[in-house]
Amino acid sequence: MTQSVVVQVGQCGNQVGCRFWDLALREHAAVNKKGIYDEALSSFFRNVDTRSGDNGPDIYKGKICSLKARALLIDMEEGVVNEILQGPLRDVFDSKQLITDVSGSGNNWAVGHKIYGCQYRENIVEKLRKTAEHCDCLQCFFIIHSMGGGTGSGLGTFVLNLLEEEFPEVYRFVTSVYPSGEDDVVTSPYNSVLAMKELNEHADCVLPIENESLFEIVNKIHQMINSGKLGSTVKQNSLVTSSAGSAKTLEKPFDAMNNIVANLLLNLTSSARFEGSLNMDLNEISMNLVPFPRLHYLVSSLTPLYTLADVNVPSRRLDQMFSDAFSRDHQLIQADPKHSLYLACALLVRGNVQVSDLRRNIERLKPSLHFVSWNQEGWKTGLCSVPPVGHSHSLLALANNTCVKPTFIELKDRFMKLYKKKAHLHHYLQIDGMEQSCFSEAISSLSDLIEEYNELDATKGGPRIDPSRLKIAV
Amino acid sequence: MSIVTVQLGQCGNQIGHELFSVLCSDIRGTHGLCSKKENESYQESCKERFFSEEQSGVPAARAVLVDMEPKVISQTLSMAARSGLWKYNSHSHFCQKQGSGNNWANGYCVHGPRHKEAIMELVQREAEKCDLLGGFVTIMSMAGGTGSGLGAFVTQCLRDAFPTSFLLNHVIWPYGTGEVIVQNYNSVLTLSHLYHSADALLVHENDVIHKICAQLMNIKQISFRDVNQVIAHQLGSVFQPTHTAGGGSGYSRNPLGDLLEPLVPHPEFRMLGLRNIPQMAESSLAFSSFSWPGLIKHLRQILIANAHMEEGIDWQVRPPQPGSSIPSTNKPLHFNTSIANLVVLRGKDVHSVDLGSFQDPSLYTSWLNPQDAFTAWKTPRAFNKYEKSAALVSNSQFLLKPLDSIVGKAWNMFASKAYLHQYTKFGIQEEDFLDCFTTLEQVISSYTNL
Repeated sequence: MTQSVVVQVGQCGNQVGCRFWDLALREHAAVNKKGIYDEALSSFFRNVDTRSGDNGPDIYKGKICSLKARALLIDMEEGVVNEILQGPLRDVFDSKQLITDVSGSGNNWAVGHKIYGCQYRENIVEKLRKTAEHCDCLQCFFIIHSMGGGTGSGLGTFVLNLLEEEFPEVYRFVTSVYPSGEDDVVTSPYNSVLAMKELNEHADCVLPIENESLFEIVNKIHQMINSGKLGSTVKQNSLVTSSAGSAKTLEKPFDAMNNIVANLLLNLTSSARFEGSLNMDLNEISMNLVPFPRLHYLVSSLTPLYTLADVNVPSRRLDQMFSDAFSRDHQLIQADPKHSLYLACALLVRGNVQVSDLRRNIERLKPSLHFVSWNQEGWKTGLCSVPPVGHSHSLLALANNTCVKPTFIELKDRFMKLYKKKAHLHHYLQIDGMEQSCFSEAISSLSDLIEEYNELDATKGGPRIDPSRLKIAV
Repeated sequence: MSIVTVQLGQCGNQIGHELFSVLCSDIRGTHGLCSKKENESYQESCKERFFSEEQSGVPAARAVLVDMEPKVISQTLSMAARSGLWKYNSHSHFCQKQGSGNNWANGYCVHGPRHKEAIMELVQREAEKCDLLGGFVTIMSMAGGTGSGLGAFVTQCLRDAFPTSFLLNHVIWPYGTGEVIVQNYNSVLTLSHLYHSADALLVHENDVIHKICAQLMNIKQISFRDVNQVIAHQLGSVFQPTHTAGGGSGYSRNPLGDLLEPLVPHPEFRMLGLRNIPQMAESSLAFSSFSWPGLIKHLRQILIANAHMEEGIDWQVRPPQPGSSIPSTNKPLHFNTSIANLVVLRGKDVHSVDLGSFQDPSLYTSWLNPQDAFTAWKTPRAFNKYEKSAALVSNSQFLLKPLDSIVGKAWNMFASKAYLHQYTKFGIQEEDFLDCFTTLEQVISSYTNL
């Protein structure tokens, strides 16, 4: 069994991260009734003997003593991290796994990347090494951050670089929250595009998230609950947005949205942690969903969003779950994969679902989806026996699909609007290590990426005629 | 003679478990329908072949379990132990932590060399436990990374370490509409490598077994466990003890040799398909009865028409008229030409069965005498609750279309260079792919021109 380490950077990263750890504990508590520290738990948690203080040794087997998250919390302001350390999760984090500062990054990528990056480099490397040492077999780093600000975006991508340098063999999965059009941070296009270049070059997989999509999902659920239309009650802890049953008691405004992202990460790693008839590990996700190194942006969708308290018509609900995974309003970015081109698609099913259900639904949905010519049957599937809390089954769909293009094009447009007028540029250029070329290289990198997607869309990925096979002399 | 089984990867280990389960439950069953003496002889033979006696009295499967991550082996070991009827030797498994990531190159180039010594030592230990080693069977899928890549490497090692032993790969072909996106690459790499090391490849296709589960077994929500149990039943129907033609009164002492020597007369032709009849839900067994002529007739037509099961057979397909020398390109379409066939009959009244229809020369290529092209094994001892059952192992054009389809899809993807960076990262270059494609195109061409 392998371990993963979560690196949460900036305000957004830490808030989402916090929800992740809370829900992870909830999930393991539901499965692990005997309180034994098992391999599944060890993927994200250490078991520490804290009887003699926080520096106690790790316990690898036997009863759970004190679970510590395999995490690194980084923020250049103290507010968010302090709140976490005063909240119900305070014992889950090792005080030595925090890196904070006071003044923040002023929504400036360059401050985060160049100034704080330089300043905290050694500290970060040392703490990363420490977490890695506690791992028997470290497989993956998960970075959680937002793109639009200064710390998550700048320092977050600096850490990404560092990870590639110091731990080249370990996978880097990045969950990036992209700014919306009405983002109130004026410089978010700059920050995002500068960060994109780093993601292009140093990440193995990126899961882009857009706040608008999370917001719409939250609303959808509210409406559904309040309409009372269905007449039956919804299981509270089944809501993809809910913290019910976890340690958290007071709901804060972004919690519902952040819970969705937390659930994404839980589902992504479920097959690596729990058993199933067809396992899907993280290295398999990268292998199957990234046909060309730079095209590593995966659009995700989670279904179902909730489960009804009374269980009936299981099979139809199951099929509905598959249909929903491909609908526009379940995607975690503003995208419509059904009307764009698939390069690859992964379906990770959890719970009481068998291979025949999977096949039936793939057959049913295939005709309405467009796959690239060289990957007509490009499905990667996984079956994990353990369902998420509150559900009997669930589905995570990951799509490498050209529907990410509009998000990137919009980002580029917003960037160009500012850049043409050289608005706010001086805030960046006055930082040591920043030059005009950083900007031109970044926008160039983004343009190239968009171009690759354009080409795929134009040619549907291949020659019109099937390439002729090798001929054997008889 | 004993057979050592090497279970590789998730699929290999899951199927291996079902196989030993079915072998064990078969010999414990009271539906032998034969004399006590016969039954005892059968049980002894099966035990010697597949299990070793342990101090605890619980027989231990002659198997080595290999996987690059721990979850499946852990489950497999505990499920076997829980049965109380058989188990795996507690030291016969090898595990790592990270898995192969569905990457053939990772399995073959990295895990293979790194763990060769440890794995081969386990195999050596199992082999030494055998009074008489009859050979090796590996069980693996070709779609993933461990079974396929590490499996190909281990097969080579087995060939090198045991050059005179029989070596059979049992290979699972994935569903056509993906389980793994790079499955066609992994398949091409696996098949071409196995072709160079093993004596033969015995193939099961997930699509085919799935249909059997749906249409014959009437299973509503088909799980991988269901699929694996059908596969295990089919394997058992071939590998459980039988009397061979000239074998005298005892059970065959060289099962793999008896299988491979007649079926693989030429090194270019190593692909073996497996069919089994009847196949039905256990609950229906009590209400069904079969006649040998009926079973044989269906089995023969399954062979000729390349059908997958006893339902939906195309009865229109006929062998070409004898006496006329028809060039292969003019042979009636859909007719499945055989090089060699083996039929295994188990159950009541086997000695009265007329297998003449399988010796019809028009079924075969002209290279062998029909008597040599066809082999039959029999035992009056019924298998796995079926009063009468017949299995067919065929070296014919059974797998031609599926193989061609896999190679075609892989080539299509290769032409676009998609995913190649994932393989070159671990040491498999474009030229290596080309070599593999060439090998398989050659195999396809050979089977096409039968």
